[in-house]
Amino acid sequence: MSKPKRTEFLERSSYRQRRFRDGARLLPVVALVLMVLPLMWPRSAPEQSLTSSGIIYIFCLWMLLILCAYVLSRVLRLSDPVRDEEARTPRGGE
Amino acid sequence: MISFNLLVLVSLAYVAFLFLVAFAAERRAALGKTGWLRSSTIYTLSLSIYCTAWTFYGAVGYAARSGLEYLTIYLGPTLVMIGWWWLVRKLVRIGRTQRLTSIADLISSRYGKSTVLGVMVTVLAIVGTTPYIALQLQSVTQSIGVFAASSGEAWMPRDFNSAAMWVAVGLAVFTVAFGTRNLDAHERHHGIVLAIAVEAMVKLFALLAVGIFVVWGIAGGVGPTLDLIDASAQSQLRPIAGRWIGLIFVSAGAFLCLPRMFQVLVVENSDERALGTAGWAFPAYLLLMSLFVVPIAVVGLDLMPEGANPDLFVVTLPLSEGRQGLAILSFLGGFSSATSMVIVATLALATMVSNHIIVPSWLNARTPGAVVSGDVRRVVVISRRISIGMILAFGYIYFRLSGGGTALAVIGLVSFMGVVQVLPAMIGGVFWRGANRWGAGAGLMVGFTVWAWTSFLPSFGIDAAISHSVFENGPFGIGWLRPQALFGITGLDPFVHALFWSMFLNTTSFMLVSILTFPNPLERLQGAQFVNVFDYSSGARTWSQSAAQAEDLLVMAQRILGGTAAQETFRAEAKSQGKVGFLPDVTPDFIGRLERELAGSVGAATAHAMIGQLTEGTIVSVEDLIAVADETAQIMEYSSELEAKSAEQERTARALLEANEMLTTLSIQKDAFLSQISHELRTPMTSIRSFSDILRDGEVEDDVRKRFAGIIHEESNRLTRLLDDLLDLGVLESGQVQLNLGQGSLADVLDRAVIASGADTGKLKIMRKPANEAVVVNTDLDRLAQVFINLISNAAKYCTSATPQLRIIVREIGGNTVVDFCDNGEGIPNESQSMIFEKFSRLEDEGKAGGAGLGLAICRQIMGALGGDVTYLPGQGGAAFRVTLPQTQALAAQ
Repeated sequence: MSKPKRTEFLERSSYRQRRFRDGARLLPVVALVLMVLPLMWPRSAPEQSLTSSGIIYIFCLWMLLILCAYVLSRVLRLSDPVRDEEARTPRGGE
Repeated sequence: MISFNLLVLVSLAYVAFLFLVAFAAERRAALGKTGWLRSSTIYTLSLSIYCTAWTFYGAVGYAARSGLEYLTIYLGPTLVMIGWWWLVRKLVRIGRTQRLTSIADLISSRYGKSTVLGVMVTVLAIVGTTPYIALQLQSVTQSIGVFAASSGEAWMPRDFNSAAMWVAVGLAVFTVAFGTRNLDAHERHHGIVLAIAVEAMVKLFALLAVGIFVVWGIAGGVGPTLDLIDASAQSQLRPIAGRWIGLIFVSAGAFLCLPRMFQVLVVENSDERALGTAGWAFPAYLLLMSLFVVPIAVVGLDLMPEGANPDLFVVTLPLSEGRQGLAILSFLGGFSSATSMVIVATLALATMVSNHIIVPSWLNARTPGAVVSGDVRRVVVISRRISIGMILAFGYIYFRLSGGGTALAVIGLVSFMGVVQVLPAMIGGVFWRGANRWGAGAGLMVGFTVWAWTSFLPSFGIDAAISHSVFENGPFGIGWLRPQALFGITGLDPFVHALFWSMFLNTTSFMLVSILTFPNPLERLQGAQFVNVFDYSSGARTWSQSAAQAEDLLVMAQRILGGTAAQETFRAEAKSQGKVGFLPDVTPDFIGRLERELAGSVGAATAHAMIGQLTEGTIVSVEDLIAVADETAQIMEYSSELEAKSAEQERTARALLEANEMLTTLSIQKDAFLSQISHELRTPMTSIRSFSDILRDGEVEDDVRKRFAGIIHEESNRLTRLLDDLLDLGVLESGQVQLNLGQGSLADVLDRAVIASGADTGKLKIMRKPANEAVVVNTDLDRLAQVFINLISNAAKYCTSATPQLRIIVREIGGNTVVDFCDNGEGIPNESQSMIFEKFSRLEDEGKAGGAGLGLAICRQIMGALGGDVTYLPGQGGAAFRVTLPQTQALAAQ
């Protein structure tokens, strides 16, 4: 029995769409790393206040993430013709 | 000072307004005008029930106590929403295809529509949510108490209690009125969703207003506020790594697992595209909600008297500054936060309780088959209303028992951690086909137990639920079971300790038990449908052969879906089957679809059980699973067969096209040949006739007569030859040829052929390699010679070279002796190569052609009769023919 056909190479727009999806998957991972970053800031000098800089850092990061998510929501299409083929990749039965 | 009565009046007006909004939305939806009710803006705003009174009031208190840590509660959901492509999208798709009604339904449906798991998740959710509801009641009553105190009335605990009760009753009425209107959860609660969207706007507006007032009105701008922050005691609070990461994780998990969040995120979602908007808009909402928290906390600590409750700064700060309007707005914001959370949480829990506990028990209490006669619809609606009342009553009782103390403040996190115990079973169920109900059950049990022991019970305080000695020495003196130092690991933050052990043991037992046990067929089917949800447009079937009657099913469906909806479903199904009326054939597909419809009302497990009663338990078996797989395989095989067939047809069509072209060419050539043959026949006949006329008249001299007779003889010979050729071909073609088998040397046959063709005396130079020709052949030597003669004389006739040469090469290829005849002429053009062996075919150059175009056709027929072949050999620098001698003869010759 022959395997169902699967497109190996995509045209330009579908290719872009796939990369946007990769971006959408990557975003939360990067976001998590950046959110945890303040834990690694130097904490030796007690007189040096971190709270206001921490607030500025977190909120700037937050706005950046919202902007990225906004851009992604504009370019991501929920379904395109190739999506179904991507989903039809042969899987091992369980 | 603000009048307390005014506050009550404003609150009542606000509540009435919410009732009106919900009522109008329901009206619009009933008229089918759901356009903007389903917009992504409403969806995003409805997600804001994540921000409860705990965040509206409590975040400021949290910031006052722990600095920046409060942000993690918002960062977790931000991660989930900006990563919606990973998980939320899949959950929403599953929710729609499986018609999920709650998170308990998700777990139950995924793990083989298990009733037990549904009950477990429901109990877990109630235990985790009840304190949270109490917390909302507390925050509302406390904020009312602030106003009461400011208007000169000192509230007694009794007043708090009665206020909490009135709030609870009001919320129950609202939830019953708008939450149990539609039975099909798929039809969604437009009224409630719109009301909480409005409340979302109110609380955001209120908090922003207070924040702007604090920063610009009191502190004097952004710069001074930042200075104030750095100068405050909070600036010395550093985030603790374990808590920071753990809190982000817990809040992200709770965002997915909280029953009320699942309700708005998945169940009420009507359009996947709304996720794209919510993916950035909801984080933006959270950002705005948390923007002014630290400033309010710092300014509050700075201005308010020592010992003031930082949880209420949002209300008390404006009050102390004399901004009563702002204070009332702020109160309405907190009120909105509390009420919207309680409404949706109660609704979600009531759905779970009714679908997973009450209705299954009710079904069990009845004899099989009774589903048909019982009025399920009423039972479900009533059970939901009772559940709503019960849950709010639980919340109120909890509020009374806890005494509204500080214990409630920590309950938010404890509650989060409790519901997050569902996370492994949920994530595993959605991404891992190997997850099964034993594993899910084990994970939930272990997680729940560890959470209760290490977090929930200790949260009541030392000596409240767990005695001091147990904290110190462990139960029965078992040291490694101490609630805050499991396995003897001390020194961890209690929150991190509880989170780590509960999640670690939960996940491990979930996976380990899943690996070691075997799922039942229905679980495997559901597992495949959940994990590969994007592959299935509709669910695979879960029923095999059915004994149910269409009429029974219709009666039952009417009881649950209501008469009109059920009849419409059945009529549509009958129509799609090509039948008229309301009773379609009961196919497994139809039962599967009907079950999903019913699941939208009463949950997957109940729907499955009800259908199971009618179909007499003929549920899916492993054989059916394999049959389904086989069907898929067959379809795939069939389609590949079709593909092969169509390729074959293409080939046939191409062959036919070629044949047709050949036939057309041949037909043209035959016409030409006929005219030629009549010409060939007529020329000798004409001379024969005219010379015989002369001879008959008898007036010719002797030598002339002799010459004429010679001409007549020659012409009749030519005629005879032509006729012989035609006859020969006819005989060969009909297969009636007589072969005179004999044995001889190939060299002799070639010698004879060269001599007979007269080529040795002509211009054509023949080159041979006698050494190779010493092959003994066993065949009809005369016929073979005839073929050779034909080929040699063709070369003599058609070779266009000035010094014509013919190489005759004998060799052995693959056990066959072949004889190649290659001349050095122009060769035969490509397009003619397929034609030359056909009868009557001749190349255009007819001038030199003495024959009638039968020679090669005869050669091919002869070789065919002898069991060999003659083919044209292209690419030899001239015309080349390969005669393949029959193999048997060649073997015999050795």
